[in-house]
Amino acid sequence: MTKQLAQRLLGPVTLVLLALTIWLGLWVTPPDKIQGQLARLVYVHPSVAWVALYVSFGTATIASALYLWKRTRSMVMDRVAHCAMEVSVVFIALTLTTGSIWGRPTWGVWWAWDARLTSTAILGVLALGYLALRRANDDPTLRARRSAVFAILAAINVPIIHFSVDWWKTLHQGATVFTANRTLLIHGIQAWTLLISFVGFTLLFFWLLRARYRLEVRRESVASAALEEALLARQREGAPT
Amino acid sequence: MIATALLVAAKDLRIELRSRVLLWQVVPFGLMALLLCGLALGPAHAGNSSAGPGLYYLVILLVVLLMVNRSQAIERSPGTKSSVATLGLDPAGVFLGKSLALAVELWVTGLVLLAGSVLVLHTALHGALVALPSIVVTLGALAGAGTLYGALTGGGDTTATLLPMLTLPAFAPLLIAGERSFSDALHGGGLWQWWVIVVVALVAYLGVGILLYGVLEES
Amino acid sequence: MTNGASPVVALSGAVVISSGFPLLSGVDLEVAPGTLTVLSGANGAGKTSLLRLLAGLAALTSGSGTVAGVDLAEGDLRQLRRRVGWLGHEGSFYDDLSVRENLTFAARALGRPSDGVEPVVARMGLEQRINTPAKQLSAGQRRRLGLAWLLIRRPELWLLDEPYASLDDGGRIFFDALLGDVVASGATVVVSAHDRLRSDTLTPRTILMAGGRIVGDER
Repeated sequence: MTKQLAQRLLGPVTLVLLALTIWLGLWVTPPDKIQGQLARLVYVHPSVAWVALYVSFGTATIASALYLWKRTRSMVMDRVAHCAMEVSVVFIALTLTTGSIWGRPTWGVWWAWDARLTSTAILGVLALGYLALRRANDDPTLRARRSAVFAILAAINVPIIHFSVDWWKTLHQGATVFTANRTLLIHGIQAWTLLISFVGFTLLFFWLLRARYRLEVRRESVASAALEEALLARQREGAPT
Repeated sequence: MIATALLVAAKDLRIELRSRVLLWQVVPFGLMALLLCGLALGPAHAGNSSAGPGLYYLVILLVVLLMVNRSQAIERSPGTKSSVATLGLDPAGVFLGKSLALAVELWVTGLVLLAGSVLVLHTALHGALVALPSIVVTLGALAGAGTLYGALTGGGDTTATLLPMLTLPAFAPLLIAGERSFSDALHGGGLWQWWVIVVVALVAYLGVGILLYGVLEES
Repeated sequence: MTNGASPVVALSGAVVISSGFPLLSGVDLEVAPGTLTVLSGANGAGKTSLLRLLAGLAALTSGSGTVAGVDLAEGDLRQLRRRVGWLGHEGSFYDDLSVRENLTFAARALGRPSDGVEPVVARMGLEQRINTPAKQLSAGQRRRLGLAWLLIRRPELWLLDEPYASLDDGGRIFFDALLGDVVASGATVVVSAHDRLRSDTLTPRTILMAGGRIVGDER
């Protein structure tokens, strides 16, 4: 009962929190002293980045690890990993887009070799690679196995990529390019708006994950029915005439 | 595990000696790629030695893709795969063996391309020699990573296009660390951070490969 | 099983589906130890798919079965593969390695002494070609190399996919004699063929397959 109630409320609560974020972020909170109106992106960019890098990618990784562990191995885990990774791609794209929008007036270019942006872009390609790998395998067990291993490898790569790009940026012998001061002083209504944004986008992830999962279950059900028909047709091949 | 690794590595290297794919195809490809790098930079910049390390590693990444494909193709002909599966080889040993063989082939190719880089991209010889230890370790990490990702693609119809997409993002940190440590060697620097990246990547790939290669080979 | 011995193969309603196509659509089969069984049927009947299932090279989609004591659904297929011998109609070894090198690799992988290779090569009539790369052998010689691989392995269950294809009369007589010896030694043999086995010396059980199922059984 509680689970069903929570599932029913997930969508409406998410919409309310996101609406609150938009209202507070665009109208109620004051502009930043240094970055002006541009700073309003702080109510979106860090939240989607948090969901992209930790919540969705993390969910995909944990589900993949649970699939590989014999005790918890089930196709449910594979489905969760797959769906979470798909949603991760969406959030990574949002992170890069909002990051570029923020960067354009700050750096004067749509793309700069900021450590976090670059790491996120590489992560985005890894997530797309996961989806490409799944499409290359028809056998469900093989597909689940290979995808799970790839997700684990991708997760291991996340800190390696992050530190390598960060050090590449900061330890370069030439002059650094970045002058943008992204540090914002957050307090009061701004802090609350940021918190609402984080919670709202996190719930959005789970809402999208649930919707995608249900779609996947339906798709598998249709495929299973087609397999049954194929099996009957194959058996008829061998029947005496 | 070690005995299997040595057996598999010896087998792969023997096959390479017989087929000479490395000698007649991969090394010439790598040298041509270095030349193309020079052409792409234009005459004003082609001899600019500061671009040498980055271009060297870029060509190395392309070469690794070819060699990983080749390493997996040896095992993927349908009959070979089925028959070898019945030998019951320890998957961790197979992974280590194939990584070792690939590493040896990469070291040989890397050395030839290093000479090429000195010649056509005017990379300083002394710096190149100082960078050798970091190059050796980086190529080792690439071999381990490549073997693992090669097994992930499964050798199907889409291997040629899927392999680059899966491996190149993962190779990015090794590209960065390799290029930076090579550049440091040229300019007299000695930052330890790049060694950390390469060694952590090497240990991570070897660890994951030993633990999970068997899961990938179940097909 | 009339003599009370456990069957080497016991399948019940075995279904194998690959890429959405049912390769096997419900197979019930028992094979007694130390016997010769021929799977006969047209192309696409499911003979190779059944052999691959028995070899642990294909996974059971539904149904149940045990082969050589290993449960196909829950058991370790790697263990199964170690117990069976597989000879496909593709090449089953490394093309660039010689006859001797291929068989030495198999022997070492199994922890057997490599001095057992030459007697097996002699028995297969490949002494003149012992140092020839596998890719330069004729189809019949490649078949003999595959058999030599199995003789090195000495599995308890032999699974041979169309072994008589592309054999001349002399080859068939040789092969019949070899199969007779293998069965007499206590091993179980299952072979696939398009037609019933034409042999003066062997009296196998013949199973007719069509549509991924067994439709006839002549003992």
